[in-house]
Amino acid sequence: MLENKEYKVIGTRPIRHDGVDKVTGRALYGADFQAAGLLHGRVLRSPHAHARIISIDTSRAEALYGVKGVVTAKDLPDAGDKIADLGEGAVNLKHLCDNILASDKVLYKGHAVAAVAATNPHIAEEACTLIDVEYEVLPPVLEVRQAMESDAPLLHEHLKTTSMGETADEPSNVASHIQHKLGDPEKGFAEADIIVERDFVTGTVHQGYIEPHNATAHYNADGQLTIWCSTQGAFTVREQVAEILQYPVSKIKVVPMEIGGGFGGKISVYIKPVAALLAKKTGKPVKVLMNRADVFEGTGPTPASFIRVKMGATKEGKLTAAQAYLAFEAGAYPGSPVGPGAMCIFAPYSIENVIIDGYDVVVNKPKTAPYRAPGAPNAAFGSETVLDEIAEKLDIDPLEIRLLNAAKEGDRRADGPIHPRIGCIETLEAAKAHPHYTAPNGKKHHGRGIASGYWFNIGLESSVTINVNSDGTINLIEGSTDIGGTRASIAMQAAEVLGIPAESVNPSVVDTNSVGYTAVTGGSRTTYATGYAAYEAAQNVKQQMIARAAKLWEVDEANVQFADGEFSSINGKEEQISFRDLCARLGETGGPIVGSGTVNPGGAGGAYATHVVDVTVDEETGKVDILRYTAVQDAGKAIHPSYVEGQIQGGAVQGIGWALNEEYIYNAEGEMTNASFLDYRMPTCLDLPMIDAVIVEVPNPGHPYGVRGVGEVPIVPPMAAIANAIYDAIGVRMTELPMSPDRLLKAMGKI
Amino acid sequence: MARRSHVQTTLNGETVEFLCEPRQSLLEVLRDELHLTGAKEGCNNGNCGACSVILDGRLVNSCLVLGVETEGKSVETIEGVADPDKLHPIQDAFLENAALQCGICTPGFIMSAKALLDENPNPTEHEVRYWLAGNLCRCTGYDKIVRAVLDAAAAK
Repeated sequence: MLENKEYKVIGTRPIRHDGVDKVTGRALYGADFQAAGLLHGRVLRSPHAHARIISIDTSRAEALYGVKGVVTAKDLPDAGDKIADLGEGAVNLKHLCDNILASDKVLYKGHAVAAVAATNPHIAEEACTLIDVEYEVLPPVLEVRQAMESDAPLLHEHLKTTSMGETADEPSNVASHIQHKLGDPEKGFAEADIIVERDFVTGTVHQGYIEPHNATAHYNADGQLTIWCSTQGAFTVREQVAEILQYPVSKIKVVPMEIGGGFGGKISVYIKPVAALLAKKTGKPVKVLMNRADVFEGTGPTPASFIRVKMGATKEGKLTAAQAYLAFEAGAYPGSPVGPGAMCIFAPYSIENVIIDGYDVVVNKPKTAPYRAPGAPNAAFGSETVLDEIAEKLDIDPLEIRLLNAAKEGDRRADGPIHPRIGCIETLEAAKAHPHYTAPNGKKHHGRGIASGYWFNIGLESSVTINVNSDGTINLIEGSTDIGGTRASIAMQAAEVLGIPAESVNPSVVDTNSVGYTAVTGGSRTTYATGYAAYEAAQNVKQQMIARAAKLWEVDEANVQFADGEFSSINGKEEQISFRDLCARLGETGGPIVGSGTVNPGGAGGAYATHVVDVTVDEETGKVDILRYTAVQDAGKAIHPSYVEGQIQGGAVQGIGWALNEEYIYNAEGEMTNASFLDYRMPTCLDLPMIDAVIVEVPNPGHPYGVRGVGEVPIVPPMAAIANAIYDAIGVRMTELPMSPDRLLKAMGKI
Repeated sequence: MARRSHVQTTLNGETVEFLCEPRQSLLEVLRDELHLTGAKEGCNNGNCGACSVILDGRLVNSCLVLGVETEGKSVETIEGVADPDKLHPIQDAFLENAALQCGICTPGFIMSAKALLDENPNPTEHEVRYWLAGNLCRCTGYDKIVRAVLDAAAAK
């Protein structure tokens, strides 16, 4: 299946197709949408972390000059007990609806309660303050271990723990328990010469996309609902809105505007159904925007977690057994990424005896959402720190111990799947060979750390249509919203098939009425799966073009070949025509050519990364500075290396933020006290060195060009790599994230 | 509703007039009244730099300036950076270096970089990082942005 040849387009670095629009300010993002008669919507949010709603009186708001409509949960259809499957697993529809507008209880500060549409945004904001909500305030539960206690305040009176198919009798905040077991862990630990066990705590962190959520909705008189918004997946918006509003998908059109970052956080809908409700109530198009505090308090962060990791090894460094206990905060409703965390935690290693327990636990914080390799960074912080400690105690180089135990093709992951061809060993070897790893690092309070990470990547459905133009170019129609240069990486795969330059492809991301079903830009799937669909669509074009050349030359199709952008006849007539010249003759040979490709590929192929970091620790202030950073990763095949490097660099820096600064800080009442970019401090360019991204290419047999997803795995290693570097610098093991100055000073015994 | 004030200012070299409420920020005026949506709202409190514009030669967050304050002043936005048929060297450098991913922060970074290079045409890497520290990018890790600005400086 793998096309092993020299490529003309793949591996080059063309200018992205949407580049000029984005450097000139002309690209239109969700909030930039305008329409005649547009109203502006704002959402009233709960001031309490946990409370019962006694009553909502909207009359004063409705009476304000300029207010055109107010909605509450009463305007949503009754969800009942329906379970909706929205492509990411089964979801309780009442939970989904209650997270849009709370009906009986508010479960976190920032939980949406009501919304107003008005003639301008300031009036809408003012009207929100005139909505009278009476609450019965309840004690909040804010931490996963507290929430698991039998006497903890309950968020949902009807939620009972499901554990491997069995449902408990008593209500609990623990929504589910999963377990993966491989081999005989007890025997494995008995064979170990050394066992290290540690507890880890990680904080709640946010994706931190710079563009807040936005949505504009309009109902036509015929009931057709159109939603303009930024999203990672127009089709998933359509499905979620259809479920929440109990409205047919055929009557909903979602128009994806440009999107200002997502990282997993722009898959779930929040204000899109609200905009639709307001549009229905007012009969006008309504634009609803979040502000930054709304984004922090009202949209899914990624969970805080408590993790216990135990690993055993022989004195030669061979891992004999591993055990993990993962308790993840789901936020207000079940559905934390503890599952993926459990799938990834020991996946970089070949270990015969493994047991992993995962718990999904509700707490009074916003419902969590995916964030770049969801669950895997939390888990890797534990496992990669424990492995580092084993290596140190056995006096083995930390890269050597990883190489000694590295996962390879044919090994079984603890949750079941057997690894296909993977690049774990090649990635480690590239890190070992990198000059960073052998550079001297002896200064006082300087330290070096490494860590590895794994993410499985996903396939899912994609559709691409290609229209052939008479001048030898093609228009490529796709449904994958472009968050990081995927117009280019998808177009390049079609260009490679047709032997044309990347610049001869005009890619368009279109609405849900204009392209076949396409799953989200997420799961590191876009260049892989939509690129695969583009490859198939281009192959389809090629076949049709071959038929046209055969017709032109009056030869059999089997006697036409296509190479290097030229069609030629073999056997008999010596004929030749370029792709471009044949494009000009489509009319006379049968009419326009439209090619299409749809895929749902299974072979996404897992991605591995190993990061090397040098830090310095200021012993007086506890501040950690990153001095040098090298991120090595298997990309399978880098279609556009610049954007692969960009994914690696961006993921690594999000990990650095998670490691050193970022966390939701809560007071005892459950209020987030740092809901701004000033106080939730993400890395700035002054905090960082250059990030050296090293691409390893172990082609994925599940893709014609060998592509593996690259977007997510780079956020997995940084936290442990930095923790290991801090240990190397000052001899203190950090087990809590973020490793902020106060935590370092505490760990060093200075405060 | 407060009465709207009449304001006359120079925008990207041309005189413009607009009406705005006293509470409307320059960012709101640009986006909602003048329909120049290149300046973005990321935080509306001066922390992210996505709304950066140049006001009388000085880099500002347009969310922290009131529309009425621009009376008689000169405002430069991302829409005025390129010539009609030619990009500015900073814009070219951003494209060549793949210095954007989602692109929402890009207009702000280009305005900040322009203000820097207008004042200091040959900055060091540290000076670039210091100057751009008021602009947040969540996608790139800044590596390629810093390289683009250094390249643009070298190309000038």
